Amino acid sequence: MLTVFLFLPAAGALMVALLPRERSHEAKWVALAFSALAFLTSIAVFLRFDRDAVGYQFVDRFEWIRAGTAGFSIQYVVGVDGLSAALVLLLGLLTVVSVLISWNIEARTKEYFAYLLLLETAVAGVFVSLDLIQFFLFWELELVPMYLLISIWGSGRKEYSAMKFLLYTLAGSAFMLVGFLMLGFAAGTFDIAALTAQPPTEALVPLSLIFWAIMLAFLVKLPVFPVHTWLPDAHTDAPTAVSVMLAGVLLKMGGYGILRIALPILPNEARDFRVALAALAAVSVIYGAIVTLQQKDLKRLIAYSSVSHMGYVLLGVSAMGALGLSGAALQMFTHGAITGLLFVMVGLVYDRTHTREISEMSGLIHRMPLIGTVMLVAGLASLGLPGMAGFVAELTTFLGTLEAHPAATIAGIFGVVLSAGYILWMVERVFHGPPTERWAGLTDATAWWERTAMAALVLVILAVGIYPALLTETIAAGVAPIAQIVGAA
Amino acid sequence: MRDILGHSLNFQYELLLPEIIIAITATLVVGADAFRNELRLGRRILPWLSVIGLVAALVVSLLWIDTQRNFARLITIDNYTTFFRVLFTATAIVVIVGSHEYVERHIGHIGEFYALILLSTVGAIYMAAARDLLTAYVAIEVLSFSLYVAVSLARNDPRSGEAALKYTLLGGVASAMLLYGLSLLYGVAGSTQYTEISGALAAGTGGMTLPLILGLVLIVAGLGFKASAVPFHMYTPDAYEGAPLPITAYISATSKAAVLALFLRWFSGPLLPALPDWQWMVALIAVLTMGLGNLVALQQRNIKRLLAYSSIGQVGYMLMAITTVSVVSASALLLHIGGYLVTNLAVFMAVIAFYNRTGTEEISGFRGLAQTNPYLALVITAGMFSLGGMPLLAGFLTKFILFTAAADGGFLWLATFAVIMSTVSLYYYLQVIKQMYLYQPDGDARRWRLSPTGYLTTAVLLAGTVVLGVYATPLYTLADRATRVLFV
Repeated sequence: MLTVFLFLPAAGALMVALLPRERSHEAKWVALAFSALAFLTSIAVFLRFDRDAVGYQFVDRFEWIRAGTAGFSIQYVVGVDGLSAALVLLLGLLTVVSVLISWNIEARTKEYFAYLLLLETAVAGVFVSLDLIQFFLFWELELVPMYLLISIWGSGRKEYSAMKFLLYTLAGSAFMLVGFLMLGFAAGTFDIAALTAQPPTEALVPLSLIFWAIMLAFLVKLPVFPVHTWLPDAHTDAPTAVSVMLAGVLLKMGGYGILRIALPILPNEARDFRVALAALAAVSVIYGAIVTLQQKDLKRLIAYSSVSHMGYVLLGVSAMGALGLSGAALQMFTHGAITGLLFVMVGLVYDRTHTREISEMSGLIHRMPLIGTVMLVAGLASLGLPGMAGFVAELTTFLGTLEAHPAATIAGIFGVVLSAGYILWMVERVFHGPPTERWAGLTDATAWWERTAMAALVLVILAVGIYPALLTETIAAGVAPIAQIVGAA
Repeated sequence: MRDILGHSLNFQYELLLPEIIIAITATLVVGADAFRNELRLGRRILPWLSVIGLVAALVVSLLWIDTQRNFARLITIDNYTTFFRVLFTATAIVVIVGSHEYVERHIGHIGEFYALILLSTVGAIYMAAARDLLTAYVAIEVLSFSLYVAVSLARNDPRSGEAALKYTLLGGVASAMLLYGLSLLYGVAGSTQYTEISGALAAGTGGMTLPLILGLVLIVAGLGFKASAVPFHMYTPDAYEGAPLPITAYISATSKAAVLALFLRWFSGPLLPALPDWQWMVALIAVLTMGLGNLVALQQRNIKRLLAYSSIGQVGYMLMAITTVSVVSASALLLHIGGYLVTNLAVFMAVIAFYNRTGTEEISGFRGLAQTNPYLALVITAGMFSLGGMPLLAGFLTKFILFTAAADGGFLWLATFAVIMSTVSLYYYLQVIKQMYLYQPDGDARRWRLSPTGYLTTAVLLAGTVVLGVYATPLYTLADRATRVLFV
């Protein structure tokens, strides 16, 4: 089933690419069909996931590359636990949303949707791979469509931003590969489950070096201060749907990597450096929030708020306890849905106003009540209003970390206050205030694809906020073994 | 029959049948070219004849799978030889099929072009097959002399003559160094036979350490030149740029692979007992080659020069496998050579098809190719990504196994450096991909098609690149069987 989920989008990409030229307007329908099918598969995975079972589920495995005498093999193995099941669901949802809000892309549509679907396959591969080399493979594969999507369909300094994104990630992943190789040699296997069960105790170089080599790639992706600078550029210049994917699922690859690989395989090192991680997290939260307050560009503002919010993920991780890890995993899911929605809204606003300068906008809610309202909902969710998804995640995180890192937790809570500041201030400047003549001609979101995309995400945010057990039980089942490993170390 | 030392020699000429076929084909090609007007032959007859000869040689060479025989103590016929026989004849077939249109338009002496490719293939095969230093040396010269001439064949291109002169002069110096090194080695070991050298060196050099080291330095330098390893690479970019494109492709494929095959045969066999004396040298030039090749490639504007520097970088990776010579790294090297040949030829065949249409070699000339010919853009992209080591393509997997083998052999720092350089290389490959996908075409934006043979070669190589990237086990198994005969 996971293999189907993994390769369905790739098949869709191939089909889109092979459409004859005169039928290229049908590309979006093909893309929608395939992403919807993948979404249904991800729902099925999530629903049929057995929370009480131990270990990975829906595992497909075969030996991929094998040498004669060398005794060296790479396997294809996919499987999910509670953690990845939730992220797979998020990925399925956000891809459908991304396809929907790309509905009026006109330039080179075939290529666009092909890359978008390929991106889904690559990210899915990262979430379901249970072999370090296979994980790395998909991690790198994701760069290709992402680079092209930003640099062809972006705006502003798109080539610069795309290249910056690429170079940051490549630099990180080069170290990650070296780290993986050393882990693999030390343990004699690249199988994540086997490595987790029996973590290597020594390698060619100190394990702490390996830990940081691997963490570097994940921290760049998360991103964390001071390696976050690619994110605002990439977000600002990317097309809307790509921003949604980037904030919604690509950043989660970093957090997922930490939870799946760095913590369980190198638990002692993770514990040794937990204070450093907490400090990094606290700085990211506060620094990200302060920089967000100063932004004049609507999209850049949301982008910097991501830096701040992803800091909570690292904060939750640094507590190394079941509650903190659950909080981190929840935060990944909810941030994906909320920030995805925020980017959708910013994209819809930009489609109409053709500017992202906050100072040029005023009183938009009078012209587009629906967009304004949904934006407010997303904003409130983002600042952690009770009853919405963000609150659940942040509360869990803080409860988990308070005991381990009181100072960092207080910094985190202060970050929430700041986020209330920038979100509300942004909503006030853009949507409230006197309606101006300049924006008199704006229309509200009327197209079916705009409404469907918004409705889907609002629904998820409210559902998780009102009845968190939908998600928390699955995630808790996923992080429990990880917490046990790092907790016992 | 016996030689003067009383060793029995067997002159089983049938063991050399593939090379005999190729050599006869070469003379037929030259003859057919000379009497073309009298015999009323079409021009297409020459590539056809060459391909038929090569296919015959390829099929015949499959007869000796899993045999272990030698010809007059000079040539070994084992799995290693068979592996490279197949590889080199296949490469020559691809180059000839993919470039016959280019040859008709831009090459001065068509018959000589095909004949030289055929003859150099014979030299390349014997470099892998020799079991005697002098035979190996003669094989190197057969390959080199063919290529010296072939480089000069471009019509109406003044760079071609300059490149050929440079290549010949520097190549001559390198051959002299190599020969001097071999004579010193003979002085130390008392034989030119691989098996006896290995025995003599294992028994100790008896106070002859200095001549041995001097000989090794000269041998490494000479081979380093032929493989265009840094710091002996100076001629490579000029030779690549001046040579006709198919010859550039051929040099970057067969010539490199043959030198590496010889390197492996020597350093895993006769020179293995002297491992501590040469290991640091090879490690050093491997690092220099990887570093310089990849860093200088960043600044290139001409596609041939870019590929020249990228191939220098690739040689650096391969030398890494020589450094850590072992059963694991040897089979990894053969696998990587296979993957590299397929990928590199895919890029070159696509560039040749592109050049046939546009006549430009500048990287900026690739602007908008994704719109004027999306298929060709895809081939070049896949090839470049594969050379840069992107997952799911041949380059990633073979390089990965190679790096793993190096790290496994105790050269972790070398493997780390290679991973970093490989990341750097992605940047310059992306520069080409960027031109094709991000920009609008300059001027003529109409779609165009390749010739049928252009489609055939690029499609086969593209498929090879993808298949090797996804499922390399068969080739890995073959490489493993081929290298098992080395360490005995």
